[in-house]
Amino acid sequence: MTSTHAMSPPAPDTLQANGPRHSPWQLHATRIAAIRTEAPGVTTYTLTFGGHRAQRRFRFAAGQFNMLYLPGIGEAAISISSDPESLSGIAHTVHTVGNVTRALARLEVGDELLLRGPFGVPWPLADLRDRDLVLVAGGLGLASLLSAIAFCMTHRGDYGRITVLSGAKTPADLLATHDHHRWRDHGIDVHGIVTNPDPRWQGPVGLVSMLLDGLAIDPDDTSLLCCGPEPMMIAVAEQATARGIAREQVFVSIERLMGCASGLCGLCQVGPFFVCRDGPVFSYDRIARWLAVPHL
Amino acid sequence: MPPCADAVGSLSWLARPALQSLLDELTARGHRVVGPQVADGAVVYRDLADVNQLPAGWLDEQDGGLYRLRLDEAAGWFDHVVGPHSLKNFLFPPREPIQRLVREDGTWRETLLPDGQQPLAVIGVRACDLAALRVQDRVFLHGAHVDVAYQSRREKLFIVAVNCRRAAATCFCHSMECGPAATHSFDLALTEAGDRFAVEIGSGRGGEILDALATAGLLTPCTADEAGRVRAIPRDLERAMHARVAEPGKPRPRSLDTDGIRDLLYDNLEHPRWHVVADRCLSCANCTLVCPTCFCSSVEEVADLSGDDVTRERRWASCFTLAHSQMHSGAVHPTVASRYRQWLTHKLAGWIDQFGTSGCTGCGRCITWCPVAIDLTEEVAAIRESASP
Repeated sequence: MTSTHAMSPPAPDTLQANGPRHSPWQLHATRIAAIRTEAPGVTTYTLTFGGHRAQRRFRFAAGQFNMLYLPGIGEAAISISSDPESLSGIAHTVHTVGNVTRALARLEVGDELLLRGPFGVPWPLADLRDRDLVLVAGGLGLASLLSAIAFCMTHRGDYGRITVLSGAKTPADLLATHDHHRWRDHGIDVHGIVTNPDPRWQGPVGLVSMLLDGLAIDPDDTSLLCCGPEPMMIAVAEQATARGIAREQVFVSIERLMGCASGLCGLCQVGPFFVCRDGPVFSYDRIARWLAVPHL
Repeated sequence: MPPCADAVGSLSWLARPALQSLLDELTARGHRVVGPQVADGAVVYRDLADVNQLPAGWLDEQDGGLYRLRLDEAAGWFDHVVGPHSLKNFLFPPREPIQRLVREDGTWRETLLPDGQQPLAVIGVRACDLAALRVQDRVFLHGAHVDVAYQSRREKLFIVAVNCRRAAATCFCHSMECGPAATHSFDLALTEAGDRFAVEIGSGRGGEILDALATAGLLTPCTADEAGRVRAIPRDLERAMHARVAEPGKPRPRSLDTDGIRDLLYDNLEHPRWHVVADRCLSCANCTLVCPTCFCSSVEEVADLSGDDVTRERRWASCFTLAHSQMHSGAVHPTVASRYRQWLTHKLAGWIDQFGTSGCTGCGRCITWCPVAIDLTEEVAAIRESASP
């Protein structure tokens, strides 16, 4: 889901290896190194750790999330949107919608920002080698996939065709358009679509699922990673399976209210799962049944 | 040589008034001792210094939305069953500071919270609550993360269990296979018999306490015949609970058919019954507060006026509140039906996937303390009656 609340997580073994093992409340201190406005109400914060050792120790996988913490105000679960193999800081792309993100918007470069993490099950990129990847984003959902795209660029030879389909309401809401040429330079195909075009928009108009409709895929060899509003993910996942992609090869990142982020507080449950611990990335075969029930 | 106090599982006799010596021994060893007492119209856990504070002679009548105490001369010291409190109130307290941060020169520093946890001894814990303790242990100790504060309190906890001699109509521990016999997870277990207690040792620490009582000459040996009769008391009650039938004018004795209950609920997430119960449910959260296993919590930020000294306080949360599932896009559980369904399916189904055990121990508190007498055994039965295959 979108990056402002809860989001992204990795394989349990990754969590064991890298996650906070003793207390889930253990805090990391970071400084804001850069602030960039991405779209109306959407900002990317690049955070650096105090020293190379702390930076190296903070290992995460694409699709995991952190709890950004402002003492006295609260926490927000935000997926990490930067290259998991970069040692020059981590990035969070945030939609300013709530208490915490509004307070975050008042911070400046050089200010301290505390966080807990990384948490959750990541995109299973290591299991998808040699496969074609279709990455489908709705709005801010792209934030969680940016980390996966960065990883795929570094390991481009490990994957077959890679296609990014990014949908948004307006052209101004399309994220990371300045990065499209870099992705294309790495042999990643990128298509954008909007529902509300402006006069300068020359691309397609409609829902991101329309882009998937028009995409030639080899279903047996394709895995689809999807992050966006829940109804959009369900629509895309259903469409992908109708096109012949196995449900086990469709992955969605689910958003729920996160509290402890470690399976202790009970807030983020969906069916038998704690989204913070068992997700937020789920294969569609595991989660479809629960997403199909209204208000579950 | 202490008469019977030398082994886990052994039984000795303790005269009823000599229970005071047990309290004194636990206090002398540094424990805060709590036990059941009548207060505010119910049997609740309070600090216990004197055996005269125990609810001797009090019986509790419980039914949906009903809890009444009455005196009965024939009743023993522990013939009430469970009140609104459980071990949860102590091991997972309703409010607890988990972190404190102080800002100096623009940088936050974490300050250690005082530990200061005095070891706790709880008198009168029933089998259902021992089962609930094991459930909460799975949640807080055996997951991916250990709850350190819970762990610290749990390791120091001393439990004096009591075997039930009677059951309330709301009790269905027999259905959940959680009671009424206290069989493990205690340090000592009492079975009331006439004017004395049979005391069973459940742990090495329990044995040490009993050694001290034996040295003081307070224990007498329990013969094999006597031990057999003592152990039969909760077993007979269990058989009686299985045989209970509804009688006109009396509260209906509860039971729960747990056969295939996980899939029954998962397969009926859109059963019309959720809307029927939602018409009655006030979404008040009483059931989650009195439930001995409910573990949901949220963290509140408590700051001083400067904003530079912040304590993070963990508080019980409830899936019956909108805040429990509130996102900027709206609440995931916006209706009472969706919130009741979340509670019941988590308790009886999701828990099994998450922790390998039901979240229900059959204590019946959620039935008793529901202001509109909603009864989960009745709700499950209604769904079972017209279930989707």
